[in-house]
Amino acid sequence: MHAEEKMTYEKWPAAPEKTTLEAKNKFIGFWLFLGGETTLFASLFATYLALKDKVPSTEAALAKDLFDLPLTFVATMLLLTSSLTSVYAMYHMKNFAFKKMMVWLGLTVLLGFGFLGTEVYEFSHYVHTYKHTFTSSAFGSAFYTLVGFHGAHVAFGLCWILSLMIRNSKRGLSLYNAPKFYVASLYWHFIDVVWVFIFTVVYLMGMVG
Amino acid sequence: MKRLANWRLLSLFAVLALVLSGCRGENFVSALRPAGEVADMQFDLMKLSTYVMVGVILVVMIIFVIIFFRFRRKDDKDETIPKQVEGSHKLEILWTSIPILLLLILAVPTVSATFNLADVSPMDKKNSKALVINVRSHLYWWDFEYPGQKLVTSQELVVPTNERVYFNLKSLDVKHSFWIPAAGGKLDTNTDNINKFWLEFDDKRSNEAGNLFYGKCAELCGPSHALMDFKVKAISRDKFDAWVTAMQDIKEPQKAQSDLAVQGQDIFNKSCIGCHAVTPENKLPDTARQAPNLTNFGDRSRIAGILKHDKEKLKQWISNPEPYKPGNLMTGKYDEMSPQELDALAEYLMGLKVQE
Amino acid sequence: MSTIAQKKGFGGTLWDFLTTVDHKKIAILYLIAGGFFFVVGGLEAVFIRIQLAVPNNDFVSAGAFNQIITMHGTTMIFLAAMPLLFAFMNAVMPLQIGARDVAFPFVNALGFWLFFFGGIFLNLSWFLGGAPDAGWTSYASLAIHSKGHGVDFYVLGLQIAGLGTLIGGINFLVTIINMRAPGMTYMRMPLFTWSTFVASAMILFAFPPLTVGLTLMMFDRLFGANFFEVAMGGNTVIWEHLFWIFGHPEVYILILPAFGIFSEIFAIFSRKRLFGYSSMVFATVLIGFLGFMVWAHHMFTTGLGPVANAIFAVATMAIGVPTGIKIFNWLFTMWGGSVKFTTPMYYAFGFIPSFVCGGVTGIMVATAAADYQYHDTYFVVAHFHYVIVGGVVLAILAATHLWWPKMFGTMLNETLGKITFWFFFIGFHLTFFIQHFLGLWGMPRRVFTYLPGQGFDASNMVSSIGAAFMSIGVLVLLYNIIMTQVKNVKVGNDPWGDGRTLEWAIPSPPPFYNFKQLPLVRGLDALWLEKMAGKKGMTPAEPLGDIHMPNASFIPFMISFGLFIAAFGAMYHKDYSWGLPVIILGLLVTFGSMFLRSIKDDHGFHIHKEDLVDDTEKGAKA
Repeated sequence: MHAEEKMTYEKWPAAPEKTTLEAKNKFIGFWLFLGGETTLFASLFATYLALKDKVPSTEAALAKDLFDLPLTFVATMLLLTSSLTSVYAMYHMKNFAFKKMMVWLGLTVLLGFGFLGTEVYEFSHYVHTYKHTFTSSAFGSAFYTLVGFHGAHVAFGLCWILSLMIRNSKRGLSLYNAPKFYVASLYWHFIDVVWVFIFTVVYLMGMVG
Repeated sequence: MKRLANWRLLSLFAVLALVLSGCRGENFVSALRPAGEVADMQFDLMKLSTYVMVGVILVVMIIFVIIFFRFRRKDDKDETIPKQVEGSHKLEILWTSIPILLLLILAVPTVSATFNLADVSPMDKKNSKALVINVRSHLYWWDFEYPGQKLVTSQELVVPTNERVYFNLKSLDVKHSFWIPAAGGKLDTNTDNINKFWLEFDDKRSNEAGNLFYGKCAELCGPSHALMDFKVKAISRDKFDAWVTAMQDIKEPQKAQSDLAVQGQDIFNKSCIGCHAVTPENKLPDTARQAPNLTNFGDRSRIAGILKHDKEKLKQWISNPEPYKPGNLMTGKYDEMSPQELDALAEYLMGLKVQE
Repeated sequence: MSTIAQKKGFGGTLWDFLTTVDHKKIAILYLIAGGFFFVVGGLEAVFIRIQLAVPNNDFVSAGAFNQIITMHGTTMIFLAAMPLLFAFMNAVMPLQIGARDVAFPFVNALGFWLFFFGGIFLNLSWFLGGAPDAGWTSYASLAIHSKGHGVDFYVLGLQIAGLGTLIGGINFLVTIINMRAPGMTYMRMPLFTWSTFVASAMILFAFPPLTVGLTLMMFDRLFGANFFEVAMGGNTVIWEHLFWIFGHPEVYILILPAFGIFSEIFAIFSRKRLFGYSSMVFATVLIGFLGFMVWAHHMFTTGLGPVANAIFAVATMAIGVPTGIKIFNWLFTMWGGSVKFTTPMYYAFGFIPSFVCGGVTGIMVATAAADYQYHDTYFVVAHFHYVIVGGVVLAILAATHLWWPKMFGTMLNETLGKITFWFFFIGFHLTFFIQHFLGLWGMPRRVFTYLPGQGFDASNMVSSIGAAFMSIGVLVLLYNIIMTQVKNVKVGNDPWGDGRTLEWAIPSPPPFYNFKQLPLVRGLDALWLEKMAGKKGMTPAEPLGDIHMPNASFIPFMISFGLFIAAFGAMYHKDYSWGLPVIILGLLVTFGSMFLRSIKDDHGFHIHKEDLVDDTEKGAKA
């Protein structure tokens, strides 16, 4: 099967994300890339844990003073739900239901922007209320770097999914773009998993003490 | 014939001994001339590992040489195809298990020595009589505080022989590493935390080395990393106690004796005393001790840890330290000195002695 | 030659190389750039040895010396050894597994250009206010303390170059997983391919911690963060951990491909299959795995405590076992063989005693308690040069001679090759053997000078003379390369006559599509098996058909160039107001190019089988 071939529902393979050699390469390559990303985040987590609550003065805010469970819970729910909607999108992609896929992807993007919004609000809250900034302490640097790296990943993922949607809005599905959608959703899941760890390690463990 | 062979063997050993002794370095600075318990332990480990490793090298080299002579393709036009051997389980098990055994032989003493060298429990015991020294490293100089004796000195560490001396190490600017090769391995002075270890100096071997060991900074710390030497005076407990008493007796800056030295002291009090202390008490916290303590400067063996200890060098050093220790923090901290001022200052500083 | 490639002028050739996605051309780019940086790093080494030849020397100043040692280490590891190995991986690995290209030709080109611009950026520091001076390890307290922009060049340049290495590693992994020819199972892969595979996997997991460390240092130095500012709660030991979690695997990333190269050479020139192939593969994988467990042995004197030191000491010793397995397997590959002493074999043969010395001193420095003496002295300098020069550099020189005909279609002069070997080999031992003793006698490493009267003088002079020998060796090699290319005597598929693996089954240099028909692999040493069965070449695994090829692209160059611009902006944004706009401009170029690549469909092109048939006939006539 050639990647450019015009597709119909009948011809659509069961695993359109890895039918051609290029797609298989992309599929494995991306999994490996995520392996590298895992060590990247692991290093950031380790740095954060080593520098947690390391502040220069007793007045500076610590983790237990900062975090606000309701807000991060909302953020977590937004991102987890967006992961679920992207699963639905991929389900429709496999069924060659382009329109439905686009709807679910659109929902994913909306939820992603919701998450980013709460994060921006959260950061500005810390900065203005607690004077907890990137440069105020080692704790601040480590916190904003870890959570900010994740936030940047979310922002990049949103741009990526959006440009895929716009680029392919008129073309429908093909074996050329199906792996692209699939890989983007894989990336989105990865971001979600990282967030689960951030939620646990940074916020839950932070509030415990 | 046999006697001849013996004679040959003997001369071979003589040459070998000569080479080996030449291979040991100078006894005041070489790790191969251990002068204390720690260095001995490490030297023994070095020897053990060297024997094991030379054994491995010999086995490899024997096979290597045989291959070279037996299996070289002598004729370029030789078209014979050697037998294609897949491998041999027996051999492969052999050269997997023997190295494991060799490493076990090495691993056990390594682990035991590692724990032994890290044993600083006497330091923290209450009413411990152990001598503790706080080492603080600065960009290109060393500060030594004796908290039990309430003393501070710099650049020249004074320690008693035949007992364990315990160290608290910390750096106050960038990371350095505290190393007295003849007495034992190094430990870093971190900026983040205090590192602890101990050393011991053997009396007899200290005497042989002139009671003066070289200490070095072993971690790249800037332009003058190479010049961040210090000296260690290892003396008997009696002499050490006498030194401590003599130091403790100095409550006020020593009065200069000659007229020239009096002038020098005036200059010192005007230009230098802001950074350099000339009394040994440890009243100031370590962070406030900005430059080497000069209480017993006249007793020391080097200027700035590296230069010959005479007035000529001292004057050159004070007039411009930059060429001797690039990047040091003393350059430019005081007004330029006239030759007369330098003479006076050198006279004064060289007179700062606590012991005859 | 293919009908698609046409005669071009200089401009055309240049454009061809700037836009190429062909793994063989990218290999040549890596070879040229890596070779250039190798010469630069070598010059720095010569300056070091001139300065240290006599005590109290003032050939260079203390500050300049620190810049030179920092750049020597950084250049040799990141900009010379890695790219040169990448050159051979690119040139040979796809051929060895019977592939037409790597999995991601575009990414391959991107990896090269990122490395190239990172390396250029780093070396521009010499002309823009001074090079980094905190050592190649760039320990945080000193690096943060360092004035000027030197360390910023290090931090930014290595981030860019490291990104290139990372995607290169992923690319090789996917290539080996997905692109093997029919019949090429994992356990039939040549050992060089295996070592490329394991080294790439290590790159994948080792480079991200480095990137994180560099990013944190960049934030500290340029954006006011406090990761390593102790007064603000920071901790400098974090840098040491992150650096060595990368740094130790890096050593194996370098040495494993070297092992792979020598494994090929021993087999080829002994006319014998590799002894204990399975255990060699096992040992390679095991070394790769253990390589991640031992980083703290670089930190024995940091004060991690006896428990950590003991654990890491024993773990480090454990690596000696698989390495020992390899040494004996090589020896027994030659045992019973018909060993022909060509230039590559000279290097391989010389490698054994050199590397064994480096290996056993590795075990010595692993004994934690004794390492308190060795650490940060010339003993360690001697040890890692025995491993890296005695292992990696000898392998690179061997591979240069071995695969030069495959890459360029002409053979390097054997006599000159052997002269190079002798100068380099003798010079190497002269330079570094004595340094073991210097360290034990009390000479710390990274000293810009030493005082007389400590027993260091004569030995340092010997060491410097050795460096001169090595330099002569490299000059002879350069002469050899120039003369060989000028004469340009063409050679056939298998110029050494005893080639065993797939790369020797196709023309030298191979056509741009490598294999007209993918070969059918029947076992280990695929070509050798066919030869022994009396055949001239490989049996094809597919009928002649259209070949799908990727399009050339200038976008990789642009993506990398954008980061190069942004790095300047980041470095100067505190000093000049144009800094921030330049960061944005650079990132726009990078992300704009990525966006362009993303939205523009690129399906590549097909070579039609009629053209391939043409080729054969032309080849037959010529």
